[in-house]
Amino acid sequence: MADTAFGPHPDRGVRQVETAYLDLVRRRRMYGGILLIVFVAMMAAGFDLAQSRNAGRVIDGLPMVLSFPSEVISEAWDKRGNIPALLAEHLPSLIETVNIAAVSTLLGGLAAMVLALLSTRGLARWPRLTPVFRRLMDATRAIPEIVIALMLIYILGGGPVPAVAAIALHTAGALGKLFSEVAENADLKPVEGLTSVGAGWGQKMWLGIIPQVAPNWLSYGLMRFEINVRASAILGFVGSGGIGYDLKIAMQWGQGRYDQVVAIFLLLFATIVAIDRLSDHARARLVKGRNA
Amino acid sequence: MTGATLMPPVRPAAPILAAFARRRLIAFAVPLAILAYLVYAAISFDLAGLAQRARMDNAAILFSDFWQHKTHVTRDNRDGALTVAVEGEAKGTYPQGRLPDYVTVAGDTTSIDLGDGHLVTYFPGGARYAVPDYGTIEIRQTSGGLVLTAPQPRPDWINASDSRVSVTTPAGRFAYTRSKVETFRYSPGWPLFFFTLDSPFAYMTWPELAASALWGERVDPERPNIAAMAHDFWTNAMWRHGDVAWAMFETVLMAFLGTMGAAILSLPLAFVAASNMNPVGPLRFALRRIFDFIRGVDALIWTIVLARAFGPGPMTGSLAILLTDTGSFGKLFSEALENIDEKQVEGVRSTGANRLQRARFGVIPQVTPVLLSQVLYFLESNTRGATVIGAIVGGGIGLLLTQAIQTQKDWEDVAYYMVLIVLTVIAMDSLSGWLRRKLIKGV
Repeated sequence: MADTAFGPHPDRGVRQVETAYLDLVRRRRMYGGILLIVFVAMMAAGFDLAQSRNAGRVIDGLPMVLSFPSEVISEAWDKRGNIPALLAEHLPSLIETVNIAAVSTLLGGLAAMVLALLSTRGLARWPRLTPVFRRLMDATRAIPEIVIALMLIYILGGGPVPAVAAIALHTAGALGKLFSEVAENADLKPVEGLTSVGAGWGQKMWLGIIPQVAPNWLSYGLMRFEINVRASAILGFVGSGGIGYDLKIAMQWGQGRYDQVVAIFLLLFATIVAIDRLSDHARARLVKGRNA
Repeated sequence: MTGATLMPPVRPAAPILAAFARRRLIAFAVPLAILAYLVYAAISFDLAGLAQRARMDNAAILFSDFWQHKTHVTRDNRDGALTVAVEGEAKGTYPQGRLPDYVTVAGDTTSIDLGDGHLVTYFPGGARYAVPDYGTIEIRQTSGGLVLTAPQPRPDWINASDSRVSVTTPAGRFAYTRSKVETFRYSPGWPLFFFTLDSPFAYMTWPELAASALWGERVDPERPNIAAMAHDFWTNAMWRHGDVAWAMFETVLMAFLGTMGAAILSLPLAFVAASNMNPVGPLRFALRRIFDFIRGVDALIWTIVLARAFGPGPMTGSLAILLTDTGSFGKLFSEALENIDEKQVEGVRSTGANRLQRARFGVIPQVTPVLLSQVLYFLESNTRGATVIGAIVGGGIGLLLTQAIQTQKDWEDVAYYMVLIVLTVIAMDSLSGWLRRKLIKGV
C-alpha cells in the first residue's frame, strides 16, 4: 500500500505536482530559448549594421590582420641592432606615462577617500548632502577621460598635466564608488569609542575607519593604477604626452621607423605585464594577509 | 629555579611598544613619501612653466561658448548690405524681413539694442555706440581713415587706429573697419538648438509651437505639423541631431557587440583554461599565456592593428573591444570556474551525466551570476571606452567629439556631445545595475 506512490499509477496529487513542475520547466526553457533567439538576432543584426557602416569589409581585411604586424616585425628584425638604443631613447616617455598614471591615481584616490566618506551612510559629515556627493561621483565617473583631456589641451597646451587632470577626475569617481561600498561594511564600534572621548569627524575617520578599510582601499587603488597606466598610454596617443604620443609619431612616419614602433611596443608591453603581476601579488597579500 | 632568576627581567610590553613605534614611523613616512613623490612629479611635469603656457583667454572662450552664443550683426560698408547671423555662420543667417527684435532697420540706419541701455546705431558713413555711464562713441568714415569721437579720457576697452576701431563691453563687442562694421550680441543658451532659421518653427515661441503642433494650420500641406517639426529638428543643419544620434548609437553598439562577443567567445575558452575542467596541462598553460598576451598588448595596440586591416568604422571598434575583452574575460571566467562548488558537479555526475551535461547542469548554473555581473560591469565601462576607441578608429561619437574639439570653435557642440555621453553612460550604468539585480537576485 505504502509504495503506490512509486508504482505505475501515482495518485492525483503527485501527478498534479509533476505536471506543474514539468510545465514550469517547459515554460522556463521556452523563455530561455526565446531570449536566446532574440539575443542572437540582436548580435547578428548589430554586426551586420556595424559592418555596413565600416569602411572596409572584415572578410577582405582578415588576411591583412597579420600583414601589418608581420611587416612591422620583419623590418624591425632587419634593424634589430637599433632596438636597444631606441629602448633607451623612449624610456623617459615611458617613465612619464607611468608617472601620469601614478600621480593621477594618488590624487584621484585622495579625492575618492574624501568623497567616499562624505557619501557613505552612517559616516557622512553632512548626512543631508550624501546624495549630492553621490551624484557628483556618478558624473565624474561618466565623463570619458578623453573629453577632459582634449579640452584641457586647448587651454593648457600639450603635456602631462591635462592627462593627469582627466584621469584623476575619472579615478575620483570610480574609486569613490568602490571605496564607499567598502566603508559601508566597516564596523562602527571604533567610531563610537572615538565619539565617546570627544573626537572630531576627521579624527574619527582617520583613526576609526581608515585602519579598517585600508587594505581593501589599497587593493582597489592598485587595480585602478593598472587601468590608469593603460589609460595614460591611450591619452598620449590621442593628444597628451608620454609613450602614447611617441607611438603616434612613430606610426605616422610609417615604413622605415617600424623599429621605433617595435621598441615602444616592447616597452609598453613589458611595463603593463610587470605592473599587472606586481599589483596582483600585492593585492593578494593585502586582502588575504601577509603570507598569502 | 636559580636559572629563572638569572634571566633578564621580562618586559611583556616591549614588542607592543616596538610595534607602536614602527607604526608611528610609518604613519609619518607614508604621507612624506607621497608628498616627496608629488613634488618630484610636479617638477618633472614642469608645473611652473605651465602657468605661463596656459591660455586663459582660450578658457574664457571655451566656457562662454558652453552656455551662450553670439549673433553677428554685420554691415558691409561698400554696398551697405546688412546680415544678421548666429555665430556668423551661413546656416544661421536670418532672412531679410525676419530679423530679431533687437535689430531695427529704418531706411539707411540700423539700430541694435544690446540690452542694459547699450545701443549701437549704424548710419550711412559711420556708426555710433551709446554706452551708459560713459557716453557716445562715434565713428565717421573719411577719405583719410576712421575718425573717432569719444569722451576723454579714453578707456582701455576702446582700441582705435586709423583703419580699425573695436569696443568691448560686458554687453557685447563692436568693431569698425573700412570694409565692414560688426556687432556681436551675446545671448544665453545654445543657438538654434531645435530649429535652424530656414524652418518656419524657429520663429515660434513654445506655446505657439504647441498650438501649431496640435491644431495649427499646416505649414507644409503634405504632412502634419508635428511630423514637419520632427523632420526639421532631426535635419537641423547646425546641430545635426540625426547624425549625432546615429553616432551615439554606433558607440553603444560597439560596446554591446564587443562585450557580448567577447563573453560568448571566452566562455568555452575559459572551460579549457580552468584547471578543474581541463586535465591537459600544456593546453591550459598555452591558453592562459594567450590571455595574458592579449591583455598585455593593450587595447590601444589592438585598435591600431585592427584599424590598419579593416579601415575606420564601428566594426573595427567592436572587434577591438571584443579582442581586448576576450583576454580579460578569459582570465576572470576561468578563475570563476576554478572557484565553483564541486558538490553540485558530483551530484550531476551521480546521475550518469557526461562531461557536457555536467558542465551544463552542474557548473553553468552556479557561475552564471558571477559571469553575468562581470559582463554587465564591462558593458558599462566599455560604453565609456568606446568613445576613446571611436576617436582612434574613427567611428561613433568619439569621432564627432575629436572633430569638434579640433576646430577649436564649436565648443557648444562639444558641450552637447559631453552631455549626451554622460547621460548615455549613466543610463547604461542604471540599466546594467537593474539587469544585475533582476537576473542575479531575482531568479
